[in-house]
Amino acid sequence: MNAAARYEDRGALAVLIWACRRDLKLALRARAELGLILIFFILVASLFPLALDPDPALLRRIGPGVAWVSALLATLLGLARLFALDHADGTLEQMLLSPAPLQALVGGKVLAHWLTSCAPLVLLAPLSGLQFGLDGESIAILAASLALGTPVLAWLGAIAAALTLGTRAGSSLLGLLVLPLAVPVLVFGAGAVEAAAAGLGAGAHLSLLGAAAIFACLGGPFATALAVKIAYE
Amino acid sequence: MRLFRFASPASFYPLAGTIGTVSAVIAVALALVGLYIGFFVAPTDYQQGESYRIIFIHVPSAWMAMFVYLVIAFWSLWSLALNARLPAMMAQALVPTGAMFAFISLWTGAFWGRPTWGTYWVWDARLTSTLILFFLYLGLAGLRASIEDPRRADRACALLALVGVVNIPIIYFSVRWWNTLHQGATISMTAAPKMAETMLTAMLLMTFSAWAYTIWVSMRRVRSIIVEREAHTDWVAALLRREGVMR
Amino acid sequence: MSEWLAMGGHGFYIWSSYGALALAIAAELIWLKRDRRRSLERALESRNEEAWQS
Repeated sequence: MNAAARYEDRGALAVLIWACRRDLKLALRARAELGLILIFFILVASLFPLALDPDPALLRRIGPGVAWVSALLATLLGLARLFALDHADGTLEQMLLSPAPLQALVGGKVLAHWLTSCAPLVLLAPLSGLQFGLDGESIAILAASLALGTPVLAWLGAIAAALTLGTRAGSSLLGLLVLPLAVPVLVFGAGAVEAAAAGLGAGAHLSLLGAAAIFACLGGPFATALAVKIAYE
Repeated sequence: MRLFRFASPASFYPLAGTIGTVSAVIAVALALVGLYIGFFVAPTDYQQGESYRIIFIHVPSAWMAMFVYLVIAFWSLWSLALNARLPAMMAQALVPTGAMFAFISLWTGAFWGRPTWGTYWVWDARLTSTLILFFLYLGLAGLRASIEDPRRADRACALLALVGVVNIPIIYFSVRWWNTLHQGATISMTAAPKMAETMLTAMLLMTFSAWAYTIWVSMRRVRSIIVEREAHTDWVAALLRREGVMR
Repeated sequence: MSEWLAMGGHGFYIWSSYGALALAIAAELIWLKRDRRRSLERALESRNEEAWQS
C-alpha cells in the first residue's frame, strides 16, 4: 500500500480520505449493484400494503416503521461488498501490513459505503413516505432519522462484515449478527416520526440517534480494525 | 499466585471435572427442595391460581439467560486481553446453556401469559429483550460455526460478545421505552403476584439451582472442548489411553 | 392425585412449561455425553493425522 504509506505522514485524516475516494471509484464501476439496493428498499416497502390492507389510515401509521425496516434490510445487502473485494485480491491484507493506521483506512471504506449504500436511502425516503401517505413534516423527520441512524447501522455492519471475512457465512448470518444490535436504532428512528406525528416533537429521538451516531463513529473504527486483524491471523 | 496454575487447559481439566460433579449434586439438591416448596408448601395465588407456579422456572431462566451472557462477555474480555485459550473455551462452553435458558424463558413466559393475560405472546419489555438476547446467542453460535480455525473463532466470538454486551443495556432501555409508550404498564411480566415468603424462597432456591446447573454443564462441555483442541499434547494422549480409546 | 395434576385447570400450561424445561435439560445432558465421546474420537483422529503427516 505504497499509496497509503505516502499519505502516512500527512495524518490519519488524509489516509481516511484516500481510502474513501478509492472505494468510491470502485463503487462507481459497480453502479448497477448499488441501484439494486435502492430498488430493493422501495420494493420491500411496497410489499407491505400489498400484504395488508391499503387503508390510508393504516398506511400512515405503519409507514415510518415499514420504511425503517426496509432501509435496515437494504443496508444489509451492501455489506458483503465492503471488505469482500479487497479481501479477495489481497489489498486488505496489504492495508493491514501498511504503516498507515488501519482505523483510518477502515473509516474511509465505511464512509464510502455509507455514501453509496445509505445516503441514497435517505434521499429515497420521501418517495417511500409518499407511498404511505405521510405528510411533509413526517417525511422530513423520517429522512432525518435515517440520516442519523444509518451511520450506526453502517458501523455495526462493518464489524459484522469484518468478523465474517472469508468464512462460509452467508448474508443471513450477517443479518443475524446486525439486526438484533440494530433494534435500538430502529426503535428510536421509527419512533421519532411517530412522536412528531403525535405532536410530541422528535427532538429527543433525533438527539439520541445523533449521540449514537457519534459513538458509533468513534468506537466503530477501532472495533472494525480489531475484527479485520482477527480475520487475518 | 497459585491460581494461575489453572490457567493452562491441562491443569484446568481435572479441576473442571471436580467442580462439575460438585455443582451437579448442588443443582439437583436445590432443585428438589425448591420444587417441593414451590408445589407443596407455597399457597395458591388468589389472583392467578396455580399457573403462577411457572415463575419457579421462568424467572430463574430469564435471570440465567442474562447472567450467562455477562459471564461470556467477562471470559471474552480476558481471552482478548491475555490472548489466552482457556477463557475463550469457557465462553464457548457457556453459549449453548445460555441460549437454552433464553429459549425456556420465552417458552415459559408464553405459557404463563396465556392463562394469565389471554395471549401466548406479550410484547412486554422483558420478554422482548429476552427474545433479542436469544438472537444474540444464536449469532454467537452461528459465528463460531462459520469459522474453521478455532483460534480465529475464539477471538471473533469474543469481539462479538463484547459488542453485544455493550449493546444489551441500550437494547433493554430502548425496548422498555418503546413498551411504555405503546402499552402503558397494564401488562407486565415483572408484575409477579405479591410474593408470599414461601414463593420467594422457592424461587431463590430454583435460581441457585439453575446457577449450579449452568456451572455443571459448562464444566462438562469445556472438558470436551479442551480434549479436542489440545489433542496433540501428551496429557491428552495419556487420557485417551486411560479411556481405552487409544492403545 | 389427578386433581393435583390438573392444577386448578391450569395443568396444561404448567406441565407444558416444566415439560419443556425437562426436555431441554435432558437434551443438553444427552448432547454432552455425545460431545464427550465425539471429542475423544476427534482427538484420536487428529493425533493419527498428525502422526501420518510427520
